[in-house]
Formats: sequence, C-alpha cells, structure tokens
Amino acid sequence: MQSNPLLGRIAWNTLIALLYLFLLAPIIVVFIISFDTRQYLAFPPESFSFGSYVKVFQNVKFISAFWRSLVIGAVVGLVAVSAGMLLSLSLVRYQFRGKAAVNFLILAPFLVPHIVLAVGIMLVIAPLGLLDSYPGIVLAHLGITIPYTVRTITMSLMAVDTRVEEAALVHGASPRMVFWRITLPLVRPGLIAGGVIAFLISFDEATISLFIVSVKASTLPTEIYHYLEYSTDPQIAALSVVLILISVGVVMAVEKLIGLRKAL
Amino acid sequence: MSAATLPAAGTSPANASRGILLMLLLPGLIALAITFLLPLIWLLRASFASSTMGAFSGGNWTVQSYSAVLFDPFYWRIAWNTLVLGFNVAIFAVILSYPIALFLARTESRFRGVLTALAVAPLLTSSVVRTYGWMVILGDRGVINSTLQSLSLTGGVIRLTNNSFGATVALIEILMPYAILAMLSGFGRLNTQLEEAAAMLGANRLRVFTRIILPLSAPGVLTAALLVFVLAISSFVTPRLMGGGRVFVLGTEVFNEATVTLNWPLAAALSVMLLILFSSIILLYQRALRALET
Repeated sequence: MQSNPLLGRIAWNTLIALLYLFLLAPIIVVFIISFDTRQYLAFPPESFSFGSYVKVFQNVKFISAFWRSLVIGAVVGLVAVSAGMLLSLSLVRYQFRGKAAVNFLILAPFLVPHIVLAVGIMLVIAPLGLLDSYPGIVLAHLGITIPYTVRTITMSLMAVDTRVEEAALVHGASPRMVFWRITLPLVRPGLIAGGVIAFLISFDEATISLFIVSVKASTLPTEIYHYLEYSTDPQIAALSVVLILISVGVVMAVEKLIGLRKAL
Repeated sequence: MSAATLPAAGTSPANASRGILLMLLLPGLIALAITFLLPLIWLLRASFASSTMGAFSGGNWTVQSYSAVLFDPFYWRIAWNTLVLGFNVAIFAVILSYPIALFLARTESRFRGVLTALAVAPLLTSSVVRTYGWMVILGDRGVINSTLQSLSLTGGVIRLTNNSFGATVALIEILMPYAILAMLSGFGRLNTQLEEAAAMLGANRLRVFTRIILPLSAPGVLTAALLVFVLAISSFVTPRLMGGGRVFVLGTEVFNEATVTLNWPLAAALSVMLLILFSSIILLYQRALRALET
C-alpha cells in the first residue's frame, strides 16, 4: 500500500469507473438494443433503426397503459400532496395528544415490504369491488406516497418563518388568507417536490400494482412485466428508453423550477 | 378572527381549536388507515382463515395456512432460498457500493454533483426496466454470451439467466443506489483531517483504512446492508423475471398464491412470515448499531 501513489490513484479511479459501468450497464445496454430490429433478444444489434420506437408508439396496449399511468400518477400526486400538506401543518404547527402515534403511522409504511402491503390492500379492496379499477389503484398508491409527501412538505414548512404569518395576522388578514397568500406560496417547493416524488413512485410502481390490476386499470409497469414474461424483443428496450427520458425530463424540470437540493 | 384567538407573539397557535386540527388530520389519517393500517389487520385476519378459492370466509379461525407452511419442506426451502438471496445481494451490493460512496464522500472534483446524480440515476428507472436490461446482458444471446462466443472462449451457451445467479446479479445492481445513498448519508463522520493526522503519525494507508476509515464508516455500511437485505428478501419482480419461474423465494411464492393459485389465506400467512423475518432483521440491526456506537 505504501507503493507508488500515482499507480494507486490510477488503480482507484479505474475501480470506480468499472463500478459505475456495472451500475449503469443495464441502462446502457437497453439504449443500444433499442435500435435493433430483430424480433428476439440478441446482442449486439444487427442493424440500427428506429423501427422498435415506431412499433412502441403503434402498440395500443402500451399507449393506453401509458396514459392510464399518467392519469393515475397525477391523481395520486394531487391527493397525496393535499393530504400531506394538511398532515404536515398539524404536525409542525400543533401540539396534540397522540402526535407520536400519528408520526409513527406516517413512518410505518417505510418499514413494511411492498409485497406484504400489496396482499393486504388486495384483501381490503377486493370485497369493495375495487380490484382492477382506478379508485383501487389510486388508493393502493396513496399509502406508499403520503409518507414521502409528508416528509418533503414538513421540511419546507419547518423552514417557514412563522413571524411572517403572525405579522399578516396582526395586520388583519384572516387565517384563511394567511394560509393561501403566505404559507402556501412559501412551501411551494416542498409541494412541487412532494407531488413529483409521489407521481414518479406511482408511475414506476410495479409490485403493488401487479396484485391490484389486471386488464382495465393496468399500468405501464404491469403491462411491461406481463410482456416480459413471454417476450423480450427490442420493443421493450425502446419503451424503456422513452420512459428513462421522461424521468430525466421530469427531474430536470424540477431542478430548473425549484432546485433539487431544496426538493430533497 | 377575534383578538381572543390570536396567538401570543412568538408562539405558534398551539391552542387553536380542536376542530381545525381534526380537519387537518382526518383526510390523511383516513387515507393511511385504508391503505396501510386496515390492510395489515386484514392480512393478519386472512392468514387465520380457512383456504377457499379467491376469498376467505369470515367467522372461522384456523391455523391451517400456518401449519401448511410449517410442515411442508418446500416452504422451508423457499425461506432458506430467500435468506441466501438476501445475504448474497446485501454482501455484494455493499462491497461494490462502498468504493463509490467513499469516492463521492471525499472527492473534490467539480463533477461531484454529476457523479452523485449518476450513481443514484438508476433509481429513476423502473426496476422492471432494469431487470430487462439484465436479461439483455445475461441472456443466452446476450452481451456476455455473445462476447464469449465471438472470442471463442466458450463452446456453448453459459446459462446466466433463468437461475438464481441471474436474479442475484440483477438485484445487486438494482439495489446498489440505495446502498450508495445510505452510506453517503452515514459517512458524515469521515474526516480527511483525521486521516492526515494518522498518516503524519506514521500510519500507512492500509492502517489508515482499517483503523480510521472503516470504523467511522461502519454505521453507514450497516445501514446500507440492512436496507439492501430487507429490499432483497421482499422483492419478487426481479427474481420472477430473472429466474424464469425457476427461482422460488418468499416474494414469488406470495405472488403466486395470491394471483395464480388464488389461495389468499396462504398468501397472507406467507406475507405475515415475511413481515416477521423483516422485523427481526430490523431489531437485530438496531442491536448491532447500538453495540457499534458504544
């Protein structure tokens, strides 16, 4: 270890580069194979074309699942942010009996495996006739997203100077007005970040969705999962690239809007 | 708003009416009750119900599902497979993530932000998609097999998928970003000044690593290992797709019982057992962390 420091540095940097390569390998490979045209999975691609992309955009199943996921994600994001905002307000601004219990209830979903929750949610919504329905899948996603929105919004809320609100109150603003005109704009970064996180979780979630939905309310991840069970052609690769680009786009938009540091 | 309900200067409106508080709490609590609390209670209840197709009948309580699991060697093997998968994935994910986390914690490169983002970027990609990526890499006509064949290093195809090897490799990569994040936030106590001081006092680099860096980073490493382990033992999408139906772990079996066999009480009993395994590991981890910090 006491040997040439330059050599050690090169070895260290090479190791880091190799580990990065391993970490990013599936994404790189998916990108390369998405330009292949063969109907089966093989590497390297024979020819380069956008054929798989064209096929994906013509695949009715994928397109409708995509819009479904988008709508479900948006509704989940909105509801999770609203419920999260109210919960955060009560936790940051009020002292009350049972606060520790509420805090635990919000933290607890982090501690339970998704597959266990999935079975439980399936059992609860099946008798209500909500299996394979929009309300069913939205409900299922709320439990795992609200903890995230509460966390991000609480952090934003704690950074708000309450004296600003008090000043507005003293000057005659009603509590309602203070909420809409002062508090809400001040925590907007937390709201946006929480909404985006909830949307992305819902949009990507496969485990719980696979238990809840089959045909009518199937989401994009469940559609991809079922496709992969029987076929592994480059269409999935093209679809994956599109999804990766969307994720990157969303994150970059958040970065531009409010800055990732503030969001996380 | 009357003056009487105005909060005193400098204090938060702690004595505001109960009604407002209730209004704030209720929507979120109802949502969490329906989507978290109730499912867990229902799960426990269903695990004690008698097996009937597609549903469970109320009223009767039986330990039928649990005894079916406990007296069948098949399920013992599944539990063992799950633990082995969890340990393998946790150990390798931590070993492979440690250098990256250490590098990110100490680098002064101006690309630090980009490199951190790159290390966590896979999280933005659905695990279904990344599992597909590993199918492309490890498949019979995938990257590794076609490379080996074009170099004439192997005669036939080496089976890297449809077995637990493929599932393990894919899970290691899929869970590495979590390990890196956990370690990065746990490496706060690492301090280059301590390392410099040790070096100045004559410690060689190996000694600096084993006596300073490793002990200081141990809590972060432990957290990362726990996180990866619990995520691995409860995974089912990756073991199912990479295992091609030949890898049996608790996750795949729960999914199978719930959606194919439609034996919901059995699926519930297996879930409860997974949950017990999960909680015991977390409790063990807390013990270990306390021992490390004292």
